[in-house]
Amino acid sequence: MTQVLGDRRTILLLLAPALTIYTLVILVPVLWSFGYTLFEGNTITGFEYVGLQNFQHLFSDADTREALSFTVRFAVVLTIVQVALGYALALLYVFVLKRASNLVRTLAFFPVVLPTVAVSLLFQQLFESAPRTGPVNSLLNLFGIQSVDWFGSSTTAFWVLILMESWRSMGFYAVLLYAGLIDIPEEMLEAARLDGATGFRLVRSVVIPLCLPVLLSSVIFSINGTLKIFDSVLALTNGGPGSSTTPLTLYMFQTSFAYGKYGYGSSIAVLLTALCLVVTLFIFRSARRDLTRG
Amino acid sequence: MLTRGRRRTQVAAILGVATTGALLLSACSGSANGSDSTSGASEDFTYLSFAENTSIKDTLTALSTGECSDANSQAKLKIDNLAQASYDQSIQLKAGQGDLPSLLASGNSPQIAKDLNKSGALVNIGAELGEMGLDDAIIPAAKSTIEALYDGQVYVLPTEFNVEGIWYNKKLFADNGIEVPTTWDDLVAAADKLNAAGIQPFSADGKDGWPLTRLVGNYIYRSVGPDALAKVADGSARLTDSDYVEGAAKVADLGAKGYFGPSVGSIDYTTAVNQFLSGNAAMFYMGSWILGNFNDPEANKIGNDNIGFMPFPAVEGGKGSADQLAANVGVPLAISQDRYDEGSKHWLGCIARNFGAQSLKDQGVITGFKVNGDVGDVPPLTQAVQDQIGKTTDTVLWFEALFPPRASTESQTNASLLVTGGLSPEEFMSKIQAELPES
Repeated sequence: MTQVLGDRRTILLLLAPALTIYTLVILVPVLWSFGYTLFEGNTITGFEYVGLQNFQHLFSDADTREALSFTVRFAVVLTIVQVALGYALALLYVFVLKRASNLVRTLAFFPVVLPTVAVSLLFQQLFESAPRTGPVNSLLNLFGIQSVDWFGSSTTAFWVLILMESWRSMGFYAVLLYAGLIDIPEEMLEAARLDGATGFRLVRSVVIPLCLPVLLSSVIFSINGTLKIFDSVLALTNGGPGSSTTPLTLYMFQTSFAYGKYGYGSSIAVLLTALCLVVTLFIFRSARRDLTRG
Repeated sequence: MLTRGRRRTQVAAILGVATTGALLLSACSGSANGSDSTSGASEDFTYLSFAENTSIKDTLTALSTGECSDANSQAKLKIDNLAQASYDQSIQLKAGQGDLPSLLASGNSPQIAKDLNKSGALVNIGAELGEMGLDDAIIPAAKSTIEALYDGQVYVLPTEFNVEGIWYNKKLFADNGIEVPTTWDDLVAAADKLNAAGIQPFSADGKDGWPLTRLVGNYIYRSVGPDALAKVADGSARLTDSDYVEGAAKVADLGAKGYFGPSVGSIDYTTAVNQFLSGNAAMFYMGSWILGNFNDPEANKIGNDNIGFMPFPAVEGGKGSADQLAANVGVPLAISQDRYDEGSKHWLGCIARNFGAQSLKDQGVITGFKVNGDVGDVPPLTQAVQDQIGKTTDTVLWFEALFPPRASTESQTNASLLVTGGLSPEEFMSKIQAELPES
């Protein structure tokens, strides 16, 4: 085996099929899309070279700014909420429920396996205000509060989205962080307890530092996932009301395929890629610094 | 030992590469062979339809076994469906691959057909019909609507011809002592009266937005004149001009008073229709395609005799008149040049001659084709609308008809915000204006 893998040409030949496929289905379209940023048009009207005009437009376009602002706000809020909720659940599993956490873990994980569109439809019905009054508004009415048109204003639509996504994904982060928590040696916790650390103090000074790498991975997962959110927004609000809950992904999709501007759509994709790259690098760097310090 | 080992590895590796290559090639060739109908005299006559629209496919199917059975034996009718929401994307891709069907719904925005025509992908239907001696197959009102929409040319078939206006519940009007309004102020006064009586004045599909922007467009046509939006499209006027903003402001006022009912942004098309047909709303702006729903006794709880039609009222001192009905040709069909063979030609002639009668007889849908032959009993309301169409000489288009797709979306997605106060009329109009090409 060592002989076989010691030969460069063999390695190359063995890798070639996988590399070819990877290049064809990933790299070529990525470069192709990057090339489109210098052109404008679509497959019907043909393409016209426009140089850097698409990028100039990108910086002056109010809709891009709105979509970018929504994307960032959404990613930051949702990351904080879903990782915090996930962490709280994981702590609950480990320190409160202990061995009896199986059932709760399964229940909390259940929304993760549901299809996004089904969850979106569920939430649409939950928060419905017309023509039927949904359960949430019925509950409000019960307390004498008037029905709220949840999808009629950008603020309420934003929070319904956050709530839905948190409900859908906190089980996943709980399991991820749970794995980090059970890795902490029991003796270390015992020692901390003997030193008088309990409750919040124990979590803050002992538990969090010890499972920081897992926590950071969760944050990276979460922020990258939420920056690229698409399906749940499309199914729940379709970017509305107006375009106030339109993330960059949806705007890119509409620009390319509904308005037939492949070039500008690709430019938005490049912006999104750059955003994800910057955020990930930033988190990686801060993570590395923390680890060396610890 | 070493050389033998290496040779064996090389052989294995080469075999591996070859197998993968073969798999890749077979996967590619599979998709390229999709249309296997190249043999025989004429290809199949394929029709790509909106999945949501059933009346056109049903009419074509009926024709294929009836009046057009000759054409069908030459080129067999084959119907494919695509969801309306993803239709435009698919058409762009198909056009790019040279894979358009013989007959196709022309997409959600007139711009798609314009682009296709510019690239030479569509048959010049007007000229073809002329050659066949079927110049009069498309009625004048429909022809003028098509020409207004498609830069003065006829390269689509008007499988629907709709006039739009306000349908009203005669009983609710009579109970509240309301005369049919002829001016905008009368309309608002009628709405005030209905609202005071606890009746929701208008039913509207705010989720899709267009039924609301239609009101804005109509107001502008009545106040600024029938060429108002053509001027915006060619850049000689702007939507942010005060007389255009007035249209948005008037409709926003109705919304501010709650005349479209609660949470209008969450009301979809079906719900809006049901609100009107169950007597929960007194007025409903919609096109004449809605007659299909009105003629369905299951859905129509208020009864067909109880529904009246009024053109969008005039605006006092305005340059337009209530006679200029808003009209459209629904989603017209186009024919692909690449697949235009004898079979397609045969079908085109047959559709031009027979589609109008078949559609009216089976579906109760009024088309832009001349109706040849007996169509049996037509429901009275349908007949009344057809008479109105017969009397109409001048038509106007709808608000977004001449806008590029981006501006249409901007208008329709923001419509519910306009009537719920989320956007001021000025903001609403300037958002759309920002997406219109500068002249």
